[in-house]
Amino acid sequence: MKWEVVIGLEVHVQLNTASKIFSGSSTAFGAEPNTQASVVELAFPGVLPVLNRAVVDKAIRLGLALNATINKKNVFARKNYFYPDLPKGYQISQMDLPIVGPGTLTILVGEEEKVIRVTRAHMEEDAGKSLHEDFQGMTGIDLNRAGTPLLEVVSEPDMRSAEEAVAYARALHTLVTWLGICDGNMQEGSFRVDANVSVRPFGQAEFGTRREIKNLNSFRFLEQAIKYEIQWQIDTLEDGGRIEQATVLFDPDSGETRMMRSKEDAHDYRYFPDPDLLPVVLSDDDIARVAATMPELPGQMKARFVAEYGVSAYDAALLTTSLAHAEYFEQVARATGQGKLAANWINGELAARLNREGLELAACPIDAPRLAGLVVRVADGTLSNKLAKQVFDALWVDALSADEVIERDGLKQVSDVGAIEKMVEEAIAANPKAVEEFRAGKEKALNALAGQVMKASKGKANPAQVQDILRQKLA
Amino acid sequence: MIEATLKELSVQLANKDVSAVELATAYLARIDALNPALNALVTLDRERTLAAAAAADARRAAGDAHALTGVPLVHKDIFCQQGWKTGCGSKMLDNFVSPYSAHVVERCDAAGMVTLGRANMDEFAMGSSNENSFHGAVKNPWDTAAIPGGSSGGSAAAVAARLAPVATGTDTGGSIRQPASHCGITGIKPTYGVVSRFGMVAYASSLDQGGPLAQTAEDCALMLNVMAGFDKRDSTSVERAAEDYTRELDKPLAGLKVGLPREYFAEGLAPDVARVIEGAVAELKAQGAEVVEVSLPNTQLSIPAYYVIAPAEASANLSRFDGVRYGYRAPEYKDLVEMYEKTRAQGFGEEVKRRIMVGTYVLSHGYYDAYYLKAQKIRRLIANDFKAAFERCDVILGPVAPTAAFNIGEKSGDPVQMYLSDIYTLSVNLAGLPGMSVPAGFADNGRPIGLQIIGNYFSEAKMLNVAHRFQCATDWHRRAPAL
Repeated sequence: MKWEVVIGLEVHVQLNTASKIFSGSSTAFGAEPNTQASVVELAFPGVLPVLNRAVVDKAIRLGLALNATINKKNVFARKNYFYPDLPKGYQISQMDLPIVGPGTLTILVGEEEKVIRVTRAHMEEDAGKSLHEDFQGMTGIDLNRAGTPLLEVVSEPDMRSAEEAVAYARALHTLVTWLGICDGNMQEGSFRVDANVSVRPFGQAEFGTRREIKNLNSFRFLEQAIKYEIQWQIDTLEDGGRIEQATVLFDPDSGETRMMRSKEDAHDYRYFPDPDLLPVVLSDDDIARVAATMPELPGQMKARFVAEYGVSAYDAALLTTSLAHAEYFEQVARATGQGKLAANWINGELAARLNREGLELAACPIDAPRLAGLVVRVADGTLSNKLAKQVFDALWVDALSADEVIERDGLKQVSDVGAIEKMVEEAIAANPKAVEEFRAGKEKALNALAGQVMKASKGKANPAQVQDILRQKLA
Repeated sequence: MIEATLKELSVQLANKDVSAVELATAYLARIDALNPALNALVTLDRERTLAAAAAADARRAAGDAHALTGVPLVHKDIFCQQGWKTGCGSKMLDNFVSPYSAHVVERCDAAGMVTLGRANMDEFAMGSSNENSFHGAVKNPWDTAAIPGGSSGGSAAAVAARLAPVATGTDTGGSIRQPASHCGITGIKPTYGVVSRFGMVAYASSLDQGGPLAQTAEDCALMLNVMAGFDKRDSTSVERAAEDYTRELDKPLAGLKVGLPREYFAEGLAPDVARVIEGAVAELKAQGAEVVEVSLPNTQLSIPAYYVIAPAEASANLSRFDGVRYGYRAPEYKDLVEMYEKTRAQGFGEEVKRRIMVGTYVLSHGYYDAYYLKAQKIRRLIANDFKAAFERCDVILGPVAPTAAFNIGEKSGDPVQMYLSDIYTLSVNLAGLPGMSVPAGFADNGRPIGLQIIGNYFSEAKMLNVAHRFQCATDWHRRAPAL
């Protein structure tokens, strides 16, 4: 039987406010345990939550970027459960009336665009952390993270493969960092994904029973976990088994998902409106004030890159995977007037090198002005592609400009017709056999001759010119 | 001196007829003598009290005193107070010393008032008789066989027994008004949002409101001037200009329209209580007030609505008492779940457990709409009843409780009977309105009876005016129990 995969994601986006969602405590990561927990996070008797309005503005920002409904009245609710790292015994979240209603996010799968519907996004507080190591069989509680603001972004079950799920997660990650509302650091838990996965026979209208994979904190784990889960569900069904609704955890070591709790163990969270917090009521002005600060969004910028710089839609999509990429590209393109060439270098050589070295663009040793210096010299014919790569490698390690490298290493392409003619004539004289073969119609022999010329010029001769002059002389 | 009102003490301190240290010393001596029999106060800290009194005297000497600098008071054990045990009437918090002070405590401290001690209360403010305290029942100073009312029973008994001139309290369903009534003193629960809940251990957050208990309406007004005011740390605190609650005290009552809700004078009201209320109404009429009959048709529904909403909120509010970070933890357990279960089973009293279970039940999947949502709808109906009534009158008058104080043990075995005695006070909290109790006479058995004054939102000054004019013409508030 052919199976169709159905995936919906719930993403916890940690908002990068300086203080917590309901207190003035700092949100900085990595402090000594429990040094950033006030009486509010510790849930002392009598303390009360006070909403940090910066959280609301950041939520509106995402809502606008998703073209979503902003609910002008939204309500905080208590989600009740007992756990040691949840000091109040309830999490303040939003249930019936979230701040952000239905919206959409466009993703790129291969070279195809697909629109994924976003159901909602709501504000909530993070819990603390339970530390199970290092305490001789006991559990340590660190409440520094408690009260850190989160936006939980819930998608419709619109994704049909692990690749689509990853593309959605990446697009959302791009968007929240682009908007400056999240630092995007997945290792520190700033962007955590829960994946709801089910399968159904192709053509069946109803969804299959889903299992939820919790807390995936890298795109690689997200892909591995979903792929494993899909195969497990298909195998189970094909063996005549049934899928039971469950929450599962992904073990990166074994590459498998394992059951955390079944539907029977599901909590009854007993949501009800939090009487300590008034409903959040937003005016048109509140929303307009945030709208006025919105940057050009990835989709808009992509379209502009195609129109303004003539780059392909695919290149434009790659260039807008982060604001840093887009800004880097635009600097190079503006400085050189060579949009397509700049895109080729950034998406080609630069991306490959960064990938090989495991670096983010922010840590790239070649800044945009220096790459622009290189692109200019390619465009004006000073450098062949081969020489340009040599210069690129030098730029990577030395703090010089492209022109300084060219000067230092004598890498200027030789385009002087007289000089090339001289070398061509020498090559023809020294290789009578190749000349004969070419004249007999063996096209390849010309390459051998050109190779001799390039060798003689130490690679600096303009290859196109060498070819042209060779043909003239042998005609 | 011990019989003096807050106002009189304020004048004596200003005239240097008495020092704060002398006052504190005198009250502490009276507490030592009388509290063992009454059990009104649960924590004393003589050293702290005398240090605060000395600081108040220094402030008076330096000439930067507030009107109440040096006046002693007791705080209900529900208000967090830095350095003081804040036990909330519970074994769960019997070892809890608060690292911070409630807004109300900060305000009193800032005024230079001197804390004499901490007042007993029903555990987590859940009760109408003060029998639900880990520290044992409080005795009514008028008759030690009687309950003082609850949950601010320790506060009311302390003021009635003149262990303190004034006390703070909280009122979630009548917890200031009913003990004030039963102890023959004056108490006011302001409009919801007037007094910050920051640092007040939460019972039912949408209903809880702090307020003063004192001998007179004038004293309550002076205390409200200290306790009330916007606090950004409480999101339900109402941001409005500060007001002087004494400003209308002396205003004549001619032309005042008082409403008598017919539902408050129906079946269930004891004849002696009815007689006292009628007498009070007659007095106000004599001062020129006009009486109109009003109707609050959903009064009966306030009991079920309250006993759904308050436990629902409480069930979440009390989840933090889990033995993990502070407070009581069971001495023996084999795992996390057992630690929770034993801690809460051992740390909470019966009434608290009952309300947590009721609250958990009404919020559960499948029951939420039928109970919690329905109760919220009733709450709106009740608020609408009052809205309609206040179109016809300025204040509403009625009894605080159906009977005078009952005997200790009389209703403690039957929670429903106990809940029914809250019939005249609950709806005020559900609507968020201000209400007060003013001494108005005595029952056939000699126990005090209070008159309830219910005002429209933010009409505390007017209510205090009515109460003050009533007290100018009567001496019920001046009568003290023989101790």
